[in-house]
Amino acid sequence: MQPFTTLTSTALPLRTENVDTDQIIPARYLTAVTQEGMGDGLFSWWRYARDGSPNPDFVLNQPQYQGSEILVAGRNFGIGSSREHAVWALTQYGFRAVISPAFADIFYNNSLKNGLLPIRLPEETVGRLLDLVEEVPHTRIAIDLPSQTVTLPDFDSGTAGDSEGSWSFDIDPFRKQCLLRGLDDLGYLLDKEEQISAFEAAASH
Amino acid sequence: MGKTLFEKIWDAHVIAEDEGAPAVLYIDAHLVHEVTSPQAFATLRERGLPVRRPDKTFATMDHAIPTRIGAVEIDWPDDAATQVRTLRQNCADFDVPLFDIEGDVQGIVHVIGPELGVTQPGMTIVCGDSHTSTHGAFGALAFGIGTSEVGHVLATQCLMQKQAKTFAINVEGALGHGVTAKDIILAIIAKNGAGGGVGYVFEYRGEAIRALDMASRMTICNMSIEGGARAGLIAPDETTFEYIKGRTYAPKGDAWDRAVAHWRTLKTDEDAVFDRALTLDASALEPMVTYGTNPGQGVPVTKHVPRVNDLEDPAERRSLQNALDYMGLAEGQPIEGQHVDIVFIGSCTNSRIEDLRAAAAIAKGRRVPNHVEALVVPGSKAVKAQAEAEGLDRIFSEAGFEWRGAGCSMCLAMNDDKAGEGKYVASTSNRNFMGRQGPGSRSLLMSPIMAAAAAVNGRVTDVREIL
Ligand code: SF4
Repeated sequence: MQPFTTLTSTALPLRTENVDTDQIIPARYLTAVTQEGMGDGLFSWWRYARDGSPNPDFVLNQPQYQGSEILVAGRNFGIGSSREHAVWALTQYGFRAVISPAFADIFYNNSLKNGLLPIRLPEETVGRLLDLVEEVPHTRIAIDLPSQTVTLPDFDSGTAGDSEGSWSFDIDPFRKQCLLRGLDDLGYLLDKEEQISAFEAAASH
Repeated sequence: MGKTLFEKIWDAHVIAEDEGAPAVLYIDAHLVHEVTSPQAFATLRERGLPVRRPDKTFATMDHAIPTRIGAVEIDWPDDAATQVRTLRQNCADFDVPLFDIEGDVQGIVHVIGPELGVTQPGMTIVCGDSHTSTHGAFGALAFGIGTSEVGHVLATQCLMQKQAKTFAINVEGALGHGVTAKDIILAIIAKNGAGGGVGYVFEYRGEAIRALDMASRMTICNMSIEGGARAGLIAPDETTFEYIKGRTYAPKGDAWDRAVAHWRTLKTDEDAVFDRALTLDASALEPMVTYGTNPGQGVPVTKHVPRVNDLEDPAERRSLQNALDYMGLAEGQPIEGQHVDIVFIGSCTNSRIEDLRAAAAIAKGRRVPNHVEALVVPGSKAVKAQAEAEGLDRIFSEAGFEWRGAGCSMCLAMNDDKAGEGKYVASTSNRNFMGRQGPGSRSLLMSPIMAAAAAVNGRVTDVREIL
């Protein structure tokens, strides 16, 4: 897994609530037996017209947002299916963090397992970030995982309309360490072999 | 203080909990299907790991496979065939039992697990599929996981998990005629929202829940995820034990008696406390229909599509406006009478024999109009065989429904069953997301009897009028 420490990037504003995993990656991209090729399917219903040409109205296709590595979206991002393909699609397209007031549980977990940082910020803050990024597309957002903060480096503190101009976010300390060091759960679980065997032996009596 | 059912199962499965780390949870049964497993098996290969407990792992194929009767594998689309071949190879290489489409046991993973008796009270059950919550109907802690986690469970039979909070959903009173388990769960989600259960495990309780058969309990637990909860539980009781007894993987002889004695202890203690609670009066419920693009956007069939200006929250308004634009529905219009183009009876929510019997009773002696396409897709080969033995296939065929083989089919439109652009689909499945049932498809979620009524009338109908 690619480690995550800090990131400064412009952001893509997706002012939509309840973005479900079928929107992030529709079922027809799920026929693969590898992880590759998911980036092309990202937001496919919105991104492409039915004839397969890019839909110019969708933010992902707008030139001012090209290269953004941060996605800012409405609440309940990632509801629906457990498909990890949704996270693969986002990371393969180039996103490294998603900011939303609320995430679906499975999507949130899947993100952490792929080095995609899901950041929960209050509804109001996300609303403000969306306003800002829509108005001034080249606004950069800085994410610092060690200090668990989101800031706006192009603004003096206060000018973004927030008293601090910087917001802190919560993350489970264990998950934070895994992200910082690029570790996955498998090594940790394999180390528990003794306890697993003991549990199984006890259960079979 | 006493414990909730969730806490009892959780505590019995935590095998390690290091300072500052999530718990390591032991998994009793792991269900596997063709779509979310290939990359997990690939991880095992890369790391040179075996499947730790093939005897606790059960595989089938359901998502991508065609359900047209007589569809021969050689004519399948390449990608579906590749996924099925990959699963066969993986199961052979790693000694995992596979309920293949070639055999008689195949079906939707959440239909065959219970059918085989794999699903039992007090277990932890996972699958790379969010509707694993279905198995909670038996008092098992069951939830969907991503493909990375599928790999973790294959390799170690364990998962790293944070303990969820508990949410009691009390459904008191008795359901009226023509009102079903599907209406209970759609009403709960309409009330609590599609994200309202995030971070919680639901426990469905109360008189109306106790009165339900296992198929109905599965319908409710199935859609827990649509309410944001990863899992939903119903405490096991005589109805549960009766269902499990004698099934292939059920305990037998003395082991059965011991199991039942243990299962009887699996209920929330009187003095246990839930983190949140919600109460619903079953007698006030009506058949539900969704009008929007998330399962929380539903109304009783006698009501109207909400008006944007009646909502206070700007995000809710935007969400409703987007949904109405996509659905081509007008705010304030009655949902009853809305025309439908396609009817889909199937999916892990509503494709069990009880669902098909109820739908067939409505279809019997009636006729689907020519402009409506209606599909009945049984959840498993066993359901299909049972339905055929009871003559339900003939009732459906005579009424103009197409009778299919077992699988997910138009629930997620991964195979060739896709609703066309702009088509209205009366569907017994669980998700009305944009494009879920085909590009541009518009889903109206409802119960099997409501869907059957919509089929024969060509429009959304209050089934109570024709019962
Ligand atoms: S029937 Fe639908 S919801 Fe159920 S497992 Fe299949 S695709 Fe998923």
